[in-house]
Amino acid sequence: MLDVKGLARLASGGAEESIRIQKQMALPWKDAFRISVRNVTIRWGRAMITASGIILGIAFLSSVWTGAVIQEGLERSELQQVRELAEATAGEGAGEESAEAVLAAARERAAARASRQAWLVIMSLLVCGVGITNAMLMSVTERFQEIGTMKCLGALDNFIVRLFLIESAVLGVLGSVLGMLLGHLGMLGIFAIRERSLSVAAKMDWGDMLTYLLISVLIGTVLSLIAAIAPAVRAARMRPAVALQSEI
Amino acid sequence: MATIKCPQCGEEIETTGIVTVCPQCGTDLREVMEEVGHARAERMKTIARDDSVTTHEFIVRTRDLRKTYVMGEVEVPALRDIDLDVRRGEYLSIMGPSGSGKSTLFNMIGGLDKPTAGRCFIEEVDMAQLDAFELAWLRCRKIGYIFQTFNLIPVMTALENVTLPMIFAGMGTDEMMDRGRELLELVGLGDRFDHKPYELSGGQQQRVAVARALANAPAIVLADEPTGNLDLQTGKEIIDLLKELNESSGVTVISATHDLKMIDVSDRIVHIRDGGVERIEERADLKLEIGTLGSEHVED
Ligand SMILES: Nc1ncnc2c1ncn2[C@@H]1O[C@H](COP(=O)(O)OP(=O)(O)O)[C@@H](O)[C@H]1O
Ligand SMILES: [Mg+2]
Repeated sequence: MLDVKGLARLASGGAEESIRIQKQMALPWKDAFRISVRNVTIRWGRAMITASGIILGIAFLSSVWTGAVIQEGLERSELQQVRELAEATAGEGAGEESAEAVLAAARERAAARASRQAWLVIMSLLVCGVGITNAMLMSVTERFQEIGTMKCLGALDNFIVRLFLIESAVLGVLGSVLGMLLGHLGMLGIFAIRERSLSVAAKMDWGDMLTYLLISVLIGTVLSLIAAIAPAVRAARMRPAVALQSEI
Repeated sequence: MATIKCPQCGEEIETTGIVTVCPQCGTDLREVMEEVGHARAERMKTIARDDSVTTHEFIVRTRDLRKTYVMGEVEVPALRDIDLDVRRGEYLSIMGPSGSGKSTLFNMIGGLDKPTAGRCFIEEVDMAQLDAFELAWLRCRKIGYIFQTFNLIPVMTALENVTLPMIFAGMGTDEMMDRGRELLELVGLGDRFDHKPYELSGGQQQRVAVARALANAPAIVLADEPTGNLDLQTGKEIIDLLKELNESSGVTVISATHDLKMIDVSDRIVHIRDGGVERIEERADLKLEIGTLGSEHVED
């Protein structure tokens, strides 16, 4: 049986109670953050599918950069050997010339690699951009009903946008870190197998490597934030009736 | 935006005109707001007013309300010039066959969609005059919505669903949790605070939705076929819950339905057909009808 008196008091608010809640409309950051993170952690499988665009794109990017840094390390150590050899055979005359030739060839290769790498980076950024935009579009579209409901409960447009932006930032960081690890370790593995030794890791410049990895995570996060803005704003602006009516 | 100072406690408050009460000490700020020449203050007096001082007989009025959906070349008239006055505190059912325009009317009254023509007033405020912020404010505090499909947020627990509108209304966490729990207890879900919607039956989900609709003590509860997805018995329980609410708290209940069980509890029934009001039945007439049939449904 219902507690009728309690119901009356709660439902009508009571004068003081309703006065106390007559503040501005609000969605505090901590609540927004809690809701958005919850959305990612609870729909884990869903979130990973959404993030797959980011993961793939950033894996591509970080593998390109990892490959480049490893290659550079290998060549540097090769050059080192040539130099040492040249020094060891100094005075014999012939060594000098061949060392020069090796150095020139190395420089040529490095230049060719740089231009090929630039293309690969552009390609991977494109993959990233398309993948992430599509992922964000999907994750917003499949939640039109929820957006409509939230608007019925009094959510302002910017609350909705805020929720989606936080969510996409969280997804962006998670997906980028995952993708970065995937691409990095994958490329490291490939080189290790090709060279038949783990010495590739010792030969590369870890300072450069870490910088590139950090940048790829940053790029993934920023891209996913940017990609989320347009669909989130569009969804937030929908009239609630339209949002509620959309079937999934 | 304007910044005003509370005369009581000196708190500085940023306001767009919606805040009429000091969040710190509860002092009424309308006079101060008028003094600083705040353009919206006057208008806000009407919608931000405490219910206890409101005396309009009609809480909702529609005048020549029309909605025409345009689908390519075809125009679909969903509402044709609806004139409807809803009395404060009544339990009003909107009955009609599928496609008659019930949901469209629900959307117009609830400020969820814009009419093609005509006006809709909530407590004498013309909804067409409200900007996005004011509409959100109205949806948050004046109206509670109940849907056929429950529409709970799937990743949130029952308690979180009920407290969500309170977050939007800027209520403090402790007060919010207390009120949320109390509301869930009242709808009979005292042992289901932390259940997710998918862990609840349809009837239980709809109870959560009822509790959520009451979150900010609205003046109106709007329901669109609240029993449409429920079995006979569960539907009856939800109807009884709504009726009990209506009687004990005086909240106005407007429910679109084609569930005949609603007839028993309604003060008035508006029959609509093809987007127009066909006829309006008063409870008094109904009692008479039922009385002559010798039914024991007549209570009170
Ligand atoms: N978004 C829409 N676009 C086009 N036509 C619509 C839309 N919504 C409703 N209608 C039409 O408006 C009429 C009334 O619909 P509705 O209000 O949903 O009826 P009810 O809720 O009584 O079943 C129907 O003919 C329906 O097809
Ligand atoms: Mg309907």
